[in-house]
This record gives sequence, structure tokens and C-alpha cells, in this order.
Amino acid sequence: MDQFTINLLFVGASFALYIGIAVWARAGSTSEFYAAGRGVHPVTNGMATAADWMSAASFISMAGLIAFTGYDNSTFLMGWTGGYVLLALLLAPYLRKFGKFTVSEFIGDRFYSPTARLVAVISLLVASLTYVIGQMTGVGVAFGRFLEVSNTAGLLIGACVVFAYAVFGGMKGVTYTQVAQYVVLIMAYTIPAVFISLQLTGNPIPGLGLFGTDVESGVPLLQKLDQIVAELGFNEYTAHHGDTFNMVLFTLSLMIGTAGLPHVIMRFFTVPRVADARWSAGWALVFIALLYLTAPAVGAMARLNITEQFWPNGTEGQAVSVETIETDPAYDWMATWQQTGLLGWEDKNGDGRIQYYNDASPEMQERAEAEGWAGNELTNFNRDILVLANPEIANLPSWVIGLVAAGGLAAALSTAAGLLLAISSAVSHDLMKGQLTPDISEKGELLSARIAMAVAIAVATYLGLNPPGFAAQTVALAFGLAAASIFPALMMGIFTKVNNKGAVAGMLSGLIVTLIYIFLHKGWFFIPDTNSFTDADPLLGTIKSTSFGAVGAMVNFAVAFTVSKMTTPIPAEIEELVESVRVPRGAGAAAADH
Amino acid sequence: MADQTSQGAHTAEGDKAYWSANVRIILISLVIWALVSFGFGILLRPLLSGIAVGGTDLGFWFAQQGSIIVFLALIFFYAWRMNKLDKEFGVEEE
Repeated sequence: MDQFTINLLFVGASFALYIGIAVWARAGSTSEFYAAGRGVHPVTNGMATAADWMSAASFISMAGLIAFTGYDNSTFLMGWTGGYVLLALLLAPYLRKFGKFTVSEFIGDRFYSPTARLVAVISLLVASLTYVIGQMTGVGVAFGRFLEVSNTAGLLIGACVVFAYAVFGGMKGVTYTQVAQYVVLIMAYTIPAVFISLQLTGNPIPGLGLFGTDVESGVPLLQKLDQIVAELGFNEYTAHHGDTFNMVLFTLSLMIGTAGLPHVIMRFFTVPRVADARWSAGWALVFIALLYLTAPAVGAMARLNITEQFWPNGTEGQAVSVETIETDPAYDWMATWQQTGLLGWEDKNGDGRIQYYNDASPEMQERAEAEGWAGNELTNFNRDILVLANPEIANLPSWVIGLVAAGGLAAALSTAAGLLLAISSAVSHDLMKGQLTPDISEKGELLSARIAMAVAIAVATYLGLNPPGFAAQTVALAFGLAAASIFPALMMGIFTKVNNKGAVAGMLSGLIVTLIYIFLHKGWFFIPDTNSFTDADPLLGTIKSTSFGAVGAMVNFAVAFTVSKMTTPIPAEIEELVESVRVPRGAGAAAADH
Repeated sequence: MADQTSQGAHTAEGDKAYWSANVRIILISLVIWALVSFGFGILLRPLLSGIAVGGTDLGFWFAQQGSIIVFLALIFFYAWRMNKLDKEFGVEEE
């Protein structure tokens, strides 16, 4: 059986499972559609949250970013997990106690202002939609590669699958589908890592193998990696090279953004009790940590494997020959990925060998001159292909490659579905029922939720075909916006007595200032060449546009407190609402109201 | 809501004490949260460079794995501590 058939088999079987579960768990009432009747166990909820959270960015992209940058990209690891501490301590239990369905409902009620609710809905829609566009782009690339169809065809197939279970299943369908997706994606991520860790370090646990000893040379793995990459003129893997201030701000932005993204927060509305909401965040992080503790090992080991493949005789010896790349089955992955246009090499000096090194390094330029090299000949290695190509690079069995295909798609699809649900509830529940047509029937609300989902998929698919930028840029915008608008409003709603005007002014200024900073660096509405600055030379000091969410959040807090101090304090009944949200007692009754 | 009126002012005061106990636990947890990630993982890494861990230093380990493990411990500690605090103050759910 060839690799294509095996991929098809694994992807097909996993999809049949997801759709089967969605049909089996079809939602009935509005309450079930949004929050699955609050009947979801914390462990189940944690697993679904993990699948929801870990998107194409975590699964496909993150280890590649770590592999080629090393220590400096630890920001992703800390940022995308540290946000769960903020969620668990500052938001989840109180929002569950509040007992409504959506984030903007809380903001509207707490700040007794339809305007506040509207601003929250707009922030949520913008953040979710940009995030889902990035996911759909990822869906297209992954489908295209593994089903060996064009990017466009891959994207359309993916859109149909997301539509099938998100629109017809609602939250309940999505919850159990996402449990299945979690199982598929975590197996797909860890199994190849276990194989590779055994090969390199003899340790079956990749997270431990990372700090273990390289079997071949007898020196610690990371020490060997540092040495090899340094000998080729690259930055030492474990050393710090970038700007420290930007590194702190970027980590903080990712953390706050995590705690401000609606599709994650919504999960905590679906547990039976306040006590369960506290546990749920912990369980979610347990399941996320299984991947996140493995990811740095995947990155480091892949970097080592790739470097050694190009320098089979050591970094001082001869580079790999073109003939070997074309004929040796161990190098088959290079031809496969070359077809996607994401990997490229060129024998510039015509010596029949491919020299992979950092041609910007002065020492390497000296060696290049002495040996007659004409620059780095591995001309293109897209970081996003690393995780998907990893099992092929390590010569793992075909079934592992098929499993990774299914896992990558599970990661992208589950997040897309969760975001679509957040979008549909923002439109039907907050915009339609909350603002435009308050006396809409339950049936009408459900219908508008489904129409909103279909429209969102159509828009995301269309923009996925003509993406405004790389997926990572789009995702960074989503995080920055959530961090700058939603998180501060929620936190102030629970922990302070900030009033309606303060909240609205804070959210608007945080949102707008962040949007403008991003547009100034990435182009207005992402139109190319309309940017005035670049992230290499940013407007404010060393703050890149991807790190600006944390600054936006601070602006939000500062404006909200100032405006609130100057205007009328909150009325007595809101004071009571704040007091009641702070204690778990009576949470069941609040939920039954709806 | 019914039990609130029956216990009157006592409950309101109890709620206040419960809340300040909660805020104290949150603050302590967040100090640890920031210390392991922004501290050990980034800003204080040079101070930890003398402590070797598997071919590199402790700061690298905190940045790539240690902080995540501490985050987990913090969330479970908070859940356990708060569910206990709920009972101490009699504010748990029925």
C-alpha cells in the first residue's frame, strides 16, 4: 500500500469518527446548542478545551519555530500555557457563577450597558474571525499536502467537514467530537516523538530525552546540538539572542490573549458547578501540557536530525551529495516536500553537493571561500512543514506518517469549529436576541446561529483562499485584540467597581490602539506595502506588532480606571451583582433561570 | 438567594472575609506564576546559568518545561485550596 492510500485511510477513518459523533449528539434546545445542558464532566471538558485550544499553530507550526530559533521561541511554550493560570484564577469560576451563556452577556450585564455589550461582541467577532481565517488557511495546506490535491480543493473539502459537525452538532456535538480529536492529535504528536527520542537518546519519553544524552556521541543532546549549529555559523540553540524586553511583552501578550479568547472562555460555562470550573482549567492544561512538554523535544531533535542529514560526515566533512538526495530512500521526504513549494535546494557552486550553513556568518564566509562554496544551498525550508515532515525525515513507518496527517487536520479543524461556535453565538445570542430583535423565538435564535456559522465559514474559506498574510500573522492579530479588549474588561468586571463608561472607553481604546499599531506594521487591513514600519524596526523601541497586545491591555486598564473615577459610580444592584459573582453559593439557581 | 436574607449581615461580612482570603491566595499564586516564567525563564536566567541541567542550564529548562509544570501545580493548588475555603466560609454550592 502506498503512502497516499495510507494517509487517506487514516484521515478518512478519523473524519468518519468525528462526523458520527456529531450526528449522534445532535443538539435540541438552545441551551444544549450553546452549553450542552451544562452536563459536561471537568475531565471531558478539559480534553475538549485542549483540542479546541491546540490549533494548527500549536500542532503544525510551533515546534518548527522552536527548532530553527531555539531558546528565544520558548515564548510560545510559556505564553500559550501561562494564560491558563490567569483563566483559572481570575475568570473561570466567576463567569460560571454568573451563569449566562456568553462572554459579552457578562460584559453587558456587569457594565449595565448595551454599548459595552456591543463593543465586546465586535471585539469577539474580529478576534475570532481573524483566528478562524488562519485555521482555514492551515486546513487548506494540510489537506492539500496529504490528499495530494490543490490548496483550493483541500480548503473546500475542509470547509464542508467543519460545516457538517459545527452547524448540525452545536456545542454538544463539538464537545464529544473534540474529545475524539484530542485523542487523535495527541497520539499523532507523541508517537513519532517517542520513536525519535528512542533513536537519539534511548529515552522513551521525549520531554526527558531532550535533557538526556545523545546515544551516538555520549554527550548531552542539547550540548551536541549547540555545537553542531554553531559550527555551521547559526546561533547556539540554547542561548539567548533576541531582545529581552520584547520577549517578555510577547509572552505576556500570548498569556493575556489566551485568557481573553471567547472560544476558550466559553468552555467554562459548560461545567455543572463553580468548583468544577476551577478543576476544568487544570484538566485542560494537563492535556495541553502533554503536547507542550513534548514540543521542545520535537523541535530540538528534528533540528539535529535535519542538520545531520545534510552533513552525514560531520560538519567538518563533506556535505550530502545531490545524488544521495535523489536516490537514497532516506532522503525521499525532500522530493515529496519540494512539490509543495515549501522546501527548496540548489547546487549553486555545481560541486554536486548541498552545503547547508549560515552564509551571513563571517567565519562561515571564510570557510566558504576556502572550500569554494557559493552560499547556503538549502534555499528554502518553511518552518511550518517541520512537524508534518518529521516522521518522514526520521524514516518512521508509513502508519505513523498517516497518523500525523490525521492529527494535523484534527488540530486545525477542532479549533475552527470552536471559533465558529463562538462567532455564531455572538451573532445570534448577543447581537440578534440581545440587541436587534429581543423577542426572537428560540427556534429563530437557533436558526440565526446556524446561518451565522454558515456565513462565517463561507467568509473564512474565501479569505483562506486569498489570505491577508501568513497564518501566524493572522493568529497574532487575534491574540493581540483579545488581550487588549476582552481580558481587561472581564477582570475589571469581577475584581473592581469600574463603571459602564470606564469599561466602554477602556475596551475601545485598547482595541483601537492595538489595531492601529498592527496595521502600521503589517499594512492597513493587511494590504501589502501600506505599512509604515516593519517588525525588524518597530515604531516604539523594540516592541514588535505581535507583542503589542500586552501594551493594548495596559492602555485599556489605565483608560478604564481614569474614566471610571471621573464619572458616576456603579448603582447598588450592580454592586450586588459583583458581590454575588464573587461567591460560589447559589450558582445552580442562576443557571436554571435561563 | 433565600439563605442570604435569613442569615442577614453576618453573611455579608463573611463574604468579605472570604473574598480577601481569595484575593490573597490569587496574589501569592500570581507571584509564583511570574517568577517561574518571566523570572527564571527569561529575566533571571543569567543568575541560574551556573546550575547545569542536561547539557544546558536551569533557566532553559524553566523556559521550555519547568514553567508549564509549575503552572499546572498552581491551578490544581488553587482549585483545591478554594474548594476548601468555600467550605470554611460556608459559601459552597448546594
